[in-house]
Amino acid sequence: MMTNPTGRITQGQFSFLPDLSDDEIRLQIEYGLKKGYAWSVEYTDDPHPRNTYWEMFGMPMFDLKDAAGVLMEMNSCRKTFPNHYIRLMAFDSTRGVESIAMSFIVNRPRTEPGFGVVRQEADGRNIRYTVHSYATDRPEGERYAG
Amino acid sequence: MSKPLYSIPGATPPAGSAPGPAAAASAAAAVEAARTVNEVLAQSQVEAVMDELDRELIGLAPVKQRIRDVAALLVIDKLRANLGLAADGRSSAPSLHMCFTGNPGTGKTTVALRIAEILHRLGYVRKGHVVSVTRDDLVGQYIGHTAPKTKEVLKKAMGGVLFIDEAYYLYRPENERDYGQEAIEILLQVMENQRDDLVVILAGYKDRMDTFFKSNPGMSSRIAHHIDFPDYTGEELLAIAERMLTAQRYRFGEGAREAFAHYLGRRMQQPHFANARSVRNALDRARLRAASRLFADRDRVLTEADLTTLIPADILASRVFQTE
Repeated sequence: MMTNPTGRITQGQFSFLPDLSDDEIRLQIEYGLKKGYAWSVEYTDDPHPRNTYWEMFGMPMFDLKDAAGVLMEMNSCRKTFPNHYIRLMAFDSTRGVESIAMSFIVNRPRTEPGFGVVRQEADGRNIRYTVHSYATDRPEGERYAG
Repeated sequence: MSKPLYSIPGATPPAGSAPGPAAAASAAAAVEAARTVNEVLAQSQVEAVMDELDRELIGLAPVKQRIRDVAALLVIDKLRANLGLAADGRSSAPSLHMCFTGNPGTGKTTVALRIAEILHRLGYVRKGHVVSVTRDDLVGQYIGHTAPKTKEVLKKAMGGVLFIDEAYYLYRPENERDYGQEAIEILLQVMENQRDDLVVILAGYKDRMDTFFKSNPGMSSRIAHHIDFPDYTGEELLAIAERMLTAQRYRFGEGAREAFAHYLGRRMQQPHFANARSVRNALDRARLRAASRLFADRDRVLTEADLTTLIPADILASRVFQTE
């Protein structure tokens, strides 16, 4: 992948940067809390860009005052799924917005095999292109084991 | 308090959502450079809160003394940290979990609010809010319900003070399958591992808390400060009554203060006397009677004095005086 030579998936905020440290994550969370967002933790092992809805790790956290609570949840998710993608999402419940305002990855598998191009021959001599994550060749839960 | 690694353009520092956020934030920064006790006190404005505590809370001498001790320790710790003398890592943070025991109405909740303020001013807790919960908020109704519920409360309380009222209800020895034990275990774990994130204050009646601690020795040993709230004396209660009336813009009329002192003398002998709370209720009832008294006379022009004064009859009409 020439546009992404490191082979790391780039979804959400900060994904072209080196991984955020815990202190930097704390600052981001504080920023969101100050704006009144509700943070939640999600994980997945299917990094396909169109896989929008990841698995929730616990409930979204409303009415928090301090980042420590979110960090606690994030760390327990890291402990449970050390080799999954984990992201933090901030939900803005303001009327009229009511959607995710921030989202960034806080944990990645050790190795990210990346994506291959799949060419499908369709009617006539048409070719349909799509991307396919090598990781998903293996069953769920074993994708980043080795 | 973790220092930001860099400043974010256009953003205010993350510290301080309590009253006067700007002042608190700048004070927190200034405390970093302090070298004397006075500098820390002046910059963190702890003195103001402690004076307020002295002025607004009547009696409670042992409680105030203990709070002063705790505040002094924190100030000295701050100075030590400024000189690089702090013990390394999280072990440096003194354990500040507290247990307030005392009869009903002795000011446990009020003091907890003040403590949160003091700890916030000293930078010991980051946000200084108080989350007040009881058993219902921590313990679930079915298997697997308790842990998420307790954790949710703990997460909300992070950066502030978790005030658990009637904490002894958490442990129900008569039911061995009670989920309270699970909540206690999670609580203990967080109290131990995330000491710098939140301060837990347990409150309850003395005898019941003693039984609670006897059956949960782990809890007792993780709480550094056991503070006992003494009952108020008659004079203190009278002073509290006057303060409450002033706050509501009422006052005792001629002889009413003596009548109320007399009332208190009798009420204190009766069962279910709840100190300041009983005083508040008694005054509320006296205000009701005063209102009916004024209401009865429809044609009278009521002056400000009429509307703000409680007369002895308002108090002497109480049930307490009718028992003989």
